[in-house]
Amino acid sequence: MIAQWVVHVLVLLLFPPLLLGVIGTTKAWFAGRKGPPLLQLYFDVWKLLHKEAVYSRTTTWIFRAGPIVSLASLLSAGLVLPLTSGSAPLSFGGDVIAFAYLLGLGRYFTMAAALDTGSSFEGMGASREAAFSALAEPALLVALAIVCVPASTVSFADAFAALPWSSWGAAHPEILIAVVVIFLVLLAENSRIPVDDPATHLELTMIHEVMVLDHSGPDFAFILYGSAVKIFLFSALLVHLIIPVSPDGGWLGILVVCAGGVAIAVAIGVVESGMARLRLVRVPQFLIGASVLGAIGIFVVLLRAGR
Amino acid sequence: MTLWPFLLALGIHLTGGILALLLRRSNRVALATGTVACVVASVIGLVAAGHLLLVGGAAEMQASWHVPVGQLRVGVDALSAFFLLCIYLVSGLAAVYGAGYLGGHAHERTLAPVIFFFVLLVAGMTVVALARDGVLFLVAWEVMSLSGYFLVTFEHEREDVRRAGMVYLIASHIGVVFLFILFTIFARHGGDFSFAALASAGPLSSSLANACFLLALVGFGSKAGFWLLHTWLPEAHPAAPSHVSATMSGVMIKMGIYGLLRALTFLGTPPAWWGITLIVVGALSGVLGVLHALAQHDLKRLLAYHSVENIGIITLGIGLGLLGQSAANPTVAILGYSGAILHTLNHGLFKGLLFQGAGSVLFATGTKAIDSLGGLSRKMPVTALTFLVASVAICGLPPLNGFVSEWLIYVAAFHGGALSGATLVAALAVIPTLALIGGLAAACFVKAYGIIFLGEPRTKACEPAHDPPRSMRGPMLVGAVLCLAIGLWPQAALQIVARPAQVLVGTTAGADAMLGLLLPITRVALVLVGLAAVLTLLRWGLLRRREVAVGSTWGCGYEAPTARMQYTAASFAEPILDPFEATLHRPVHENPVRGYFPEEAHYERHPKDVVGDRVLVPAARRLIAALARIQIIQHGRVQLYLVYILVTVIVLLVWQLSGGA
Repeated sequence: MIAQWVVHVLVLLLFPPLLLGVIGTTKAWFAGRKGPPLLQLYFDVWKLLHKEAVYSRTTTWIFRAGPIVSLASLLSAGLVLPLTSGSAPLSFGGDVIAFAYLLGLGRYFTMAAALDTGSSFEGMGASREAAFSALAEPALLVALAIVCVPASTVSFADAFAALPWSSWGAAHPEILIAVVVIFLVLLAENSRIPVDDPATHLELTMIHEVMVLDHSGPDFAFILYGSAVKIFLFSALLVHLIIPVSPDGGWLGILVVCAGGVAIAVAIGVVESGMARLRLVRVPQFLIGASVLGAIGIFVVLLRAGR
Repeated sequence: MTLWPFLLALGIHLTGGILALLLRRSNRVALATGTVACVVASVIGLVAAGHLLLVGGAAEMQASWHVPVGQLRVGVDALSAFFLLCIYLVSGLAAVYGAGYLGGHAHERTLAPVIFFFVLLVAGMTVVALARDGVLFLVAWEVMSLSGYFLVTFEHEREDVRRAGMVYLIASHIGVVFLFILFTIFARHGGDFSFAALASAGPLSSSLANACFLLALVGFGSKAGFWLLHTWLPEAHPAAPSHVSATMSGVMIKMGIYGLLRALTFLGTPPAWWGITLIVVGALSGVLGVLHALAQHDLKRLLAYHSVENIGIITLGIGLGLLGQSAANPTVAILGYSGAILHTLNHGLFKGLLFQGAGSVLFATGTKAIDSLGGLSRKMPVTALTFLVASVAICGLPPLNGFVSEWLIYVAAFHGGALSGATLVAALAVIPTLALIGGLAAACFVKAYGIIFLGEPRTKACEPAHDPPRSMRGPMLVGAVLCLAIGLWPQAALQIVARPAQVLVGTTAGADAMLGLLLPITRVALVLVGLAAVLTLLRWGLLRRREVAVGSTWGCGYEAPTARMQYTAASFAEPILDPFEATLHRPVHENPVRGYFPEEAHYERHPKDVVGDRVLVPAARRLIAALARIQIIQHGRVQLYLVYILVTVIVLLVWQLSGGA
């Protein structure tokens, strides 16, 4: 048991930055250029941790608390979500909701920290983040309900254990719908194209990046690292829905989650290379569409249950 | 024995109120008398209610003298005790806060009336919770409503305050009409007005029970502020002094919830459509309440709309409880009711805290307009901190108390998968609804907290700002600590909630399992706090020997930003509201920018209440126009009116003699 949790924590702490490298490499390959090294984010985080910090004189302790609360809540969410095995160190009946709301807590403090700078760019970013996350939240919970309700559980571990592995592709379209919805939420929550462009260079067009303009040094390291953790959490959730991870974990569990994470990172890279960003006014439609898709999934669940 | 402490507390409240009136010459003495009475009564009541909730028990007694029509019958059970706990807790904190708050008005008016009516409001609410007789209940209900009116019109020299008071008065009296009918039906069924007779008379016929449910829904719903019946809230709360808003929003509107729950205990096993109805009402109140809140730029109006939202969340929980009961699924029932009841307490705590924070801001700056404020967290650190705690709590985020109650409602909804048919759809619909409400609430409170307390001051109003005196800071800190305590140690809160939920469900099954369910929340909360502490230490260690510079905020190279360039509450809310524009009513008055050399231009947008302005006012106009036709019989001549009375009496006599009912 102890060894299993140690592996869980080590994977959670060490693996995520690789995913952003994979996305970058994929995009570089599509664009026909030589991208940054795969391990670039590790270097960046290491470098930033050793830098000095500059704070705006407008800011208060909220600005400094933002990155810390955000990363702490992401890591807590990582301890609630099963990664390399069928359960997590903090698994309990109801952890599905704790997961979603821990992400919400981190977002709340990121937005508050952005408003703390008094910059209208950052206020704009916070406002957009608030708008889109409010719409992404129902989509995420509907998708989780699709997975949990048939097993009448509110826990990731039980829901994953009850997934119908042998035949979901053919006979369980609702799981497929849940996967698609969570992937759409992943794109929105992690500020990827088509919702947000992490590589944009114009403050006016940014969403997430503009909220963290004023952070520097270790604070910015926490933010970059946190964004990698967030992608990893969503991809691990997807992996658990697509591929069975043995309840006991072991080497195979690590391999499945890590390889699955890389595959999803490649998929994100493909999406980012293949399409342009949506206009901001279209993003709500994208997210409401995801919720509607999730609702269809719920109805499939109900039809299947014959109720 | 169980009942006496509550009657003692009631006596202390009333004595304090009357003494304050007698000592009205000196504002200071009257204020001290009223406050001490409230605190002493609250402490006695809290101990008694807490004891009853933890140990269990119930009591009932009847005074040996009769009042006209009804009896003086009071009693207490777990459900009453829980609401009494909320009343004593919120009103006690509000009274201490109010002592400081009213102190600021001491030089301009006599305070004795507001002290007296505050105490009377609290006394009225406690009697509502204690009443075991329909007539006594309605009398106490009216005392509560009317003292609320006198508190709302505290600053009665202002036109808008008088108008708000009138809106409140009309709304609460429209509501009480339905309650008169409800209790008359109850009395006919039970033989007399006492609840005991009603309980022993057996279940009502199903059509009568349905009628009673609808009457209770409208009658109690107008007090609680269900959507469509909520229009008085955003008028009355901003007009009242802040400690009164805290009490009204924190507990008075909850008496509507109490009344609804109490009425449900008499109506037998609920049919599924009651639960579905409540879920629809709760979803409408929750989503539309929070959207209207987002559109507001007056802090206290914003908070008033959040009361509508939170009443919606409570109603979702009750709806799930009813669904569970109708499907004989005690797990869903217990979880739903517990979530609803716990959210009642939680909302009392954090909404009380938020109104107190709003009061402190108003006290310090003289304005409630969010867009005139900014950067207050430097000048008012305690207010800013407590407001932050309350706003994270109201968004239902861990590790605070709002998360625990919303979590219970979520878990109830997920367990709704065991239901069938329409009830199943209704239960599952709660999940995305709560998620949407949570996301929008977070947006709204990031806006409120961020624009008021962070950034740079937007106007001169912020210059003299400072934290309020100790008597106002104390209750705010206590409230914040309680929010955190329930969040970190939810089992304790659940023990308080378990018995009232059992009163509603009528079974103890499932309660113990629930206690176990909540244990891990403490672990998650502690891990979260621990991780934050580790990261803080890590950053401290990293930055300890390095240079930490202070500069101006990055403005793309622009180095001379002014406070007016900051994002405002209006601009923050705009993209969030955009997809929901159809549900709002925000008339625009503008003189747009035209031509290559634009001249004077302006833009105004006023958030209005969609129900009030689009439904109620036009409907009332039509009604008045229709009724104008009857005015022919109204001449203003007394002789003619006497003839009308005579004719009516003769008609009634003839009807009676000819064998009418």
